[in-house]
Amino acid sequence: MKGQIDKITDSEVLFEQEFKINGGDFINAGESSSKLKNILKEIGINTDIIRRLAIAAYEAEVNVVTYARHGIMRILIYPEKILLTIEDEGPGIGDIDQAMQPGYSTATEEIREMGFGAGMGLPNMKKNADIFNISSIVDKGTKLEITMNLNDKNA
Amino acid sequence: MTGKKIKLSKVIEQFNLKIECGEQFLDKEIKGGYVSDLLSDVIANCKEGYIWITLQGHPNIVAVAVLKEACGIVIINNRQPEEETIKKAKKEKVPIMTSSLTAFELVGKLYELGISG
Repeated sequence: MKGQIDKITDSEVLFEQEFKINGGDFINAGESSSKLKNILKEIGINTDIIRRLAIAAYEAEVNVVTYARHGIMRILIYPEKILLTIEDEGPGIGDIDQAMQPGYSTATEEIREMGFGAGMGLPNMKKNADIFNISSIVDKGTKLEITMNLNDKNA
Repeated sequence: MTGKKIKLSKVIEQFNLKIECGEQFLDKEIKGGYVSDLLSDVIANCKEGYIWITLQGHPNIVAVAVLKEACGIVIINNRQPEEETIKKAKKEKVPIMTSSLTAFELVGKLYELGISG
């Protein structure tokens, strides 16, 4: 894995960790994002980047729990950027443009009553990421890529 | 925010909040407040040290409070946290209080005391 990424980005991975996310596990949803946040704090990443990445990670984690069977959240830290990927096996998203619309959600009434499924997840991720990529195959799964630049002068 | 520091313990006493868990962490300063029942909204807008007012009582509110580093959660309108919520909150050291007030009434009182958003 590390070798492949190095070839693509031509850059050294300083830190790498994976978190497993189980579909339907609302009790533990968000714990991986909290662990991730603590890791970034320990490393000493800029607090604004941590804040934005934690928002994106939580939303992505909750999406896996809400819609998919299971998923992997992976953090890769490079000298110049942080790459967070969330890959799940699940129903996928047929119309990504529609899914990106704030307020659009396919969540059930039960999920909405818990305060999830407001249709803000994907827009929140995009808003907080420096670069946001989403790809999906129906009946296979969804992959999200969230990139944070570490060398911005304003960061 | 005004200059004076307001602690969780003061708000609990003044507004007769019932402590469900986290008695040992009530010395925390309340840096502000946020009220919402939509978790995406809380994740996006609640800030560190804020008191979070909600009607949700399911276990995931603890994960949200931990991630946002909220100083505590108040569940309003006589709603009760689930057993699993309390279990998680104890583990994560998140104080949870309950109130018979509505969100509107409680937020009004907190605001009057000098806690803002």
